[in-house]
Amino acid sequence: MARPMARQFANNALLIAVSLATASAAFAGVLPEDRADALYHRYEGGGITISGPSVLVRKKIGEQFSVSANYYVDMVSSASIDVMSTASPYSERRTQYSLGVDYLRGKTTWSTGYINSTESDYKAKTVYLGVSQDMFGDLTTVSFGFRRGKNDVLRNIKTAQGAINDPAFAREADTRAFSVGVTQVLTRRLLGSLNYELITDEGFLNSPYRSSRFADPTAPTGFRYEPEVYPATHTSHAVAARLKYSVPWWRASLDGQYRFFTDSWDIKSHTVQLGYTHPLGRSWTLDGSARYYKQDQASFYSDLFPRANAQNFRSRDKELATYDALTLGVGVAWEFRIQRAPWLDRGTLNLRVDHMMINYDNFRDVTKGPRAGQEPLYKLNSNIIEFYVSAWY
Amino acid sequence: MNFAKFRILSLAALAACALLVPGPATEAAADPKGPAPDFRLPLRGSGKDLSLSQLRGQVVMLNFWASWCGPCRQEMPLLESIQKKYRPLGFTMVGVNVEPDSAEAEKFLKQTPVSFPVAYDRDSNVSKLFRVKGMPSTVIVDRKGNTRMIHQGYKPGDENIYLDQIRSLLRE
Amino acid sequence: MRPARYLVLLALGLPVLTACAPIEPWVKPYEREKLADPIMAFERNPVSGSYLDHVFESREGARGASGSAGGGCGCN
Repeated sequence: MARPMARQFANNALLIAVSLATASAAFAGVLPEDRADALYHRYEGGGITISGPSVLVRKKIGEQFSVSANYYVDMVSSASIDVMSTASPYSERRTQYSLGVDYLRGKTTWSTGYINSTESDYKAKTVYLGVSQDMFGDLTTVSFGFRRGKNDVLRNIKTAQGAINDPAFAREADTRAFSVGVTQVLTRRLLGSLNYELITDEGFLNSPYRSSRFADPTAPTGFRYEPEVYPATHTSHAVAARLKYSVPWWRASLDGQYRFFTDSWDIKSHTVQLGYTHPLGRSWTLDGSARYYKQDQASFYSDLFPRANAQNFRSRDKELATYDALTLGVGVAWEFRIQRAPWLDRGTLNLRVDHMMINYDNFRDVTKGPRAGQEPLYKLNSNIIEFYVSAWY
Repeated sequence: MNFAKFRILSLAALAACALLVPGPATEAAADPKGPAPDFRLPLRGSGKDLSLSQLRGQVVMLNFWASWCGPCRQEMPLLESIQKKYRPLGFTMVGVNVEPDSAEAEKFLKQTPVSFPVAYDRDSNVSKLFRVKGMPSTVIVDRKGNTRMIHQGYKPGDENIYLDQIRSLLRE
Repeated sequence: MRPARYLVLLALGLPVLTACAPIEPWVKPYEREKLADPIMAFERNPVSGSYLDHVFESREGARGASGSAGGGCGCN
């Protein structure tokens, strides 16, 4: 059960890409601004530390094209709950490159791009295509997106020379996603948005390292492990509604979002997020946010199955458990200009810290024994730190 | 619903978008507009008012702009160079700022000064009168006071469209 | 799968509506000052937003529907 995280990160390459792509079509009648961002990110929690850079550069070419490139690295050092219970600590590096192009013609923006994510045992390649159209006097923007990913899942084994890919293990996982969104100017101060996304995965969808556990009175701990088994397909639907409001009494904005998620594994979840942005003076901007997430487990999840091979599909991945999570975040940004660099319109220095608190309803902390199935429920607290510099030119 | 159907439906939607949503930002003189409505607005900096009828006899280019509009800001230096070149030939640029609060506009004009008159349409009456449909909007009026061209938006290269129209109207 | 179908039909219908029954925008182009403010952008800091989306998706079963296009000054 050594590496559930690594594979999840690779899959999420897709999400990063689509977020960047969608952000790029943010103003369908105008191309996105030229900018460069250099971010240092750091996640610490549950014995794992993941940190690294994310660098984005975006530039217009002529008046119709905008190109962007992103370089992202996750350096993982892990002694997480999953690792501590079944394996030894590890470190891993995932590198991701993406390239995107936006093309503006009239009120239509076309976006396309490619993302490549690589780590020692997971390779993900994704292409996407999106289009965004302004209509109704620019009050409405309709967007469509398509995404296709091909992933290679490998498994590392230890040899005298170090870890290598197990030559006997090579699997694939394919992803396809379709999204549609409508953004509507509701009043002079209120923006609304509705988004729907359908995602289908096929292939080897679990981790080659992770196990589920079952009760076994003959075992000294009262349980044993067996490899997890996942369905070969996964189809999910997510619907999200969002409102952004420009506060009338001073310069500030309020943001509210709700997302409902359901999938073919029986997971259902609700996400509610509130945010507030408050500029102070001419150079400072403060951000605060609170996010609540509640999830009901996948049909084939159990912290402890009653016996070996109890079900066709079995998982003890805590991401599929029943739990809720609260994340609170604050951010501060400082805007500056450099006299000696007139090519630089403006720049910002930004710091953001989020604190995430997850309480699992049915995932137990196996390291805290003694009795199988009666260990304390796991709680995971983590800190997420972002420090970044942005420049507009 | 499988992906094949999604793809077909979405491609159909894209085609519909591309074909049906109106395109051109310029309605040329082929669509005659008639006399430009007269108006009176406070001028920036002088305490006096500007009225369109006062400018009869000149070719007038009205530019509706706001400090919060990126393409408007981008266009401003070009409008200034058009003013400098054609003022002696019987042309005047008039900037119509549409913001209810002029503070940001003043700040912008201090950084990007212009020599042509700028009027403040704080109540949006003139914007409504000219049925402004996009930001920025440009209206070119001939010497007799008739609207001859309306152009929405600004993309680099649009100044050539303005110049062609101005030059032909100056010759009339 | 049903919500998908309706949403796609809705999104398809909108461009047809623009052509057949032009609706007068109730927020005029010169009234979009607040909407053009950068703090009203859905994604003001894309690199940070994408990273946080990635952090959440790595730990949750849910995924998708996290981007929004549109709003802003409506210029051009």
